[in-house]
Amino acid sequence: MNESLRGDFQHLRCTGDFWSLRAVDERAENFAVRKNVPQPPATSADCGAMLTVYADGGCGYAATSDLSRAGLQRALDRASGWARASAARSLIDFRALPNIAPRGEYASPDTAARPWSRSEWYDLLAAESREAGFDSRIVDWEASVEARIARHTYLTSAGGEVVQLFRFVMPNLSVSAHAGGDTQTRTLNGYRGLAQQGGESILDRFGFRGSGRRIADEALQLLAAPNCPHGKMDVLLMPDQMVLQIHESIGHPLELDRILGDERNFAGTSFVTLDMFGSYRYGSELLNVSFDPTRAEELASYGFDDDGAPAEKAFLIRRGILERPLGGTISQARAKMAGVANARADGWNRPPIDRMANLNIEPGDADLDAMIAGIEHGVLMATNSSWSIDDSRNKFQFGCEWGQLIERGKLTTVVKNPNYRGISANFWRSLARVGNATTFEVLGTPYCGKGEPSQLIRVGHASPACVFTGVDVFGGDS
Amino acid sequence: MALSTMESYFNELAALLDRALLPGEVYSCTLEAEVSDFVRMNRGKIRQPGTVEQRYVRLHLIAGRKHAQHCMSVCGDLARDREPLLQALVALRGTVTDLPDDPHLHYATDVHSSRVVRSTPLPAPDGIIATVLDAAHGLDLVGIYAAGPVYRGFANSLGQRNWHEVTSFNLQWSLYHRADKAVKTAYGGFEWSDQAFAAKMRGARDRLALLAVPARSLEPGSYRAYLTPAAMEEIASMLCWGGFSGRALATRQSCLFRMQEGAAALDASVSFSENTAGGVAPAFQDEGFARPASVPLVTNGKLVGSLVSPRTAKEFELATNGANASESPESLEMAGGVLAGEDALAALDTGLYIGNLWYLNFSDRPACRVTGMTRFASFWVDRGRIVAPVNVMRFDDSIYRLLGEHLVGLTAESELVVSGDSYRARSVSSMRLPGAVVSEMAFTL
Repeated sequence: MNESLRGDFQHLRCTGDFWSLRAVDERAENFAVRKNVPQPPATSADCGAMLTVYADGGCGYAATSDLSRAGLQRALDRASGWARASAARSLIDFRALPNIAPRGEYASPDTAARPWSRSEWYDLLAAESREAGFDSRIVDWEASVEARIARHTYLTSAGGEVVQLFRFVMPNLSVSAHAGGDTQTRTLNGYRGLAQQGGESILDRFGFRGSGRRIADEALQLLAAPNCPHGKMDVLLMPDQMVLQIHESIGHPLELDRILGDERNFAGTSFVTLDMFGSYRYGSELLNVSFDPTRAEELASYGFDDDGAPAEKAFLIRRGILERPLGGTISQARAKMAGVANARADGWNRPPIDRMANLNIEPGDADLDAMIAGIEHGVLMATNSSWSIDDSRNKFQFGCEWGQLIERGKLTTVVKNPNYRGISANFWRSLARVGNATTFEVLGTPYCGKGEPSQLIRVGHASPACVFTGVDVFGGDS
Repeated sequence: MALSTMESYFNELAALLDRALLPGEVYSCTLEAEVSDFVRMNRGKIRQPGTVEQRYVRLHLIAGRKHAQHCMSVCGDLARDREPLLQALVALRGTVTDLPDDPHLHYATDVHSSRVVRSTPLPAPDGIIATVLDAAHGLDLVGIYAAGPVYRGFANSLGQRNWHEVTSFNLQWSLYHRADKAVKTAYGGFEWSDQAFAAKMRGARDRLALLAVPARSLEPGSYRAYLTPAAMEEIASMLCWGGFSGRALATRQSCLFRMQEGAAALDASVSFSENTAGGVAPAFQDEGFARPASVPLVTNGKLVGSLVSPRTAKEFELATNGANASESPESLEMAGGVLAGEDALAALDTGLYIGNLWYLNFSDRPACRVTGMTRFASFWVDRGRIVAPVNVMRFDDSIYRLLGEHLVGLTAESELVVSGDSYRARSVSSMRLPGAVVSEMAFTL
């Protein structure tokens, strides 16, 4: 597609000040075995382009799946019409933005490697399914995978050309057990919580093979477990819960478009305000948070964002102090503040907005045994199952699939329905220990929702296990 | 009535597939397409305006009991789409040959064709946006205008053809007083009316004035509350998250499985149905089954039905009732009660008026216990009179209690709430819901 796209783009006519084309060609395969029954395979091919025009100080876009030269010209004309029609009422004077000409390439790991065949996937998924369904109390179980390859092409009227090739493999295991009026579900790191760039090597990194039996056994343990106790106590959050904690109570509040008000009608605003950057104590001295698009296997690594900005690692919070927001080129110009390259769209048919990409907590110095040994009365929580937070991203309540009491420095009883609640502005200040590299995992989710029109995007979160003190913990009614 | 270009395209595409099929094969295909204007606004100005023109075809090839499917974007010109479509068909043919038989394959074999077209042209979007922003002059308005035709088609090699074409608009906007204090309003439909919009904007301005009073912070505890239809949409959405799913009920993963076992019930005034006849979603589903006008789900507080997809029907020996694979309602209706809407505040007496809820999730799914936040215009009410906005509060309570022992009454009037979701495509889901007064609602943070 690239050669013809480049040629067609050069022949497009536009009287705007600046225009760009962002094309996405994304292919997906989905395989699943549920209750030992192979589900029919589903594949997809999604190709299209968004044309964006700056004209008279306004900006407009038009997206089309018609990639002929005539189709692209129609979209460009439409985008140009929107730019001019909106110029007098535009929130932003786009004449102040540079006419960029980024040039470069990016490729995920393993993009040249042979992808697994359909039968290889079905064989693996069937084996895990067989292992999982070993007890009559197990009422539903599924092993599945979603594999994607995407090519993103970005061309600008100023001569920019960026080509990025992505590969994603996202395996999943889920088991539900039922008895005595209760149902408990256990997954491998949450629904599609195992999600990275690259190929099938993710399976070995997370021990996918053989996990069907373990996950099923843990679902049965939860079925027999008492409810999580309630009260103030320490919590040890494992990386597959830290992912959610980072995402909801650091990532979203630091999105600059939220702070600037764009999302107030839908995703919400932020308790963070512009004046806090540079001085606000977001967390304890142990908290170091980075925007890191350079970690090769992480889900949202890339060379350039969807507005063509080159992506580099940057610290957002260092030693607990808030330094920098998650804001792309346009938001940075509006806020007159440095940000990061995070203007991203979830496909060819949605415009870029400020998104999280990879947002990570840097490892500390504690190993897991030491963290457990240091807790007198607490609970270990793993694998997010419930998430809710207010529209300013402050008052939250999160739940996990798996809980295990920590009593006098030792892991003891498994507990079900572990939940905790808190306030973002205080919670991170109770961060007492940060796990070292042996506790560190690179995870993420393909389902971060935001934007008007709505968008679901892939974000990566890497984190060590962490201990928080004095947390409001409770269990369920069941 | 003349066919739209999109409908003609789809009919020609189906004819192409008919001709390309080999003996012993069956195909079905769906079309999901739209031409949507999206205008995003913030601070009373235009933030991001644009148009999205998209068309997706999902091909499903069946040979005996083997089958596979492929979804692809198409350009809308069959002369250029022909080759990729035929290539996709050949690829599916190659795929199904080495698949095992699927014991849960189930597709429509009776032919039920249908056609619904509701396409009154809308005014030009820049004119509508000018009207909206002029009406909000001096106010901090943020929101989205989404409009244009949405198309859904189904065809199969047995000769069934279904077409659903609706041109609609959905304007959702918030007027901000300051920080997180705002009034959210929606105006959606099929024919734009300046007068109807003006009335909605006047109502929003009136409620905005109520936010000028200093906000109250409530202590955690139980409060009497009135939930508007917009707030009830969030509660009902939790039930739609697998609650009515035939498969989730059969495997005891539904939040309502205790109702199925007779261990729980809702108040006798509570009834839910999937009312396709009263919604905006198509009356056919992806495997070609027609949807009944109405499927009772909860009647007089008892679970009486579920949404059963074709696969679930086969797996659990049930009858399908036109549900898609997700088995989630697309046109949920909750029956109204006997409380006059204008008397809702009097019935509340003293407590919390909840204009909107936000970001709900299960804190204990088997107990149907959910948590979430109040949002937008929520007020403290004293003896039937709004006295102050309240700062956001977190609730954590069971729907079995809220719509069970703690339900005081439902308003007689109900509102059609058209979904504003546009993940991947503009949603065609809606709900019709009353407001509800509850005697206790547990707030925790």
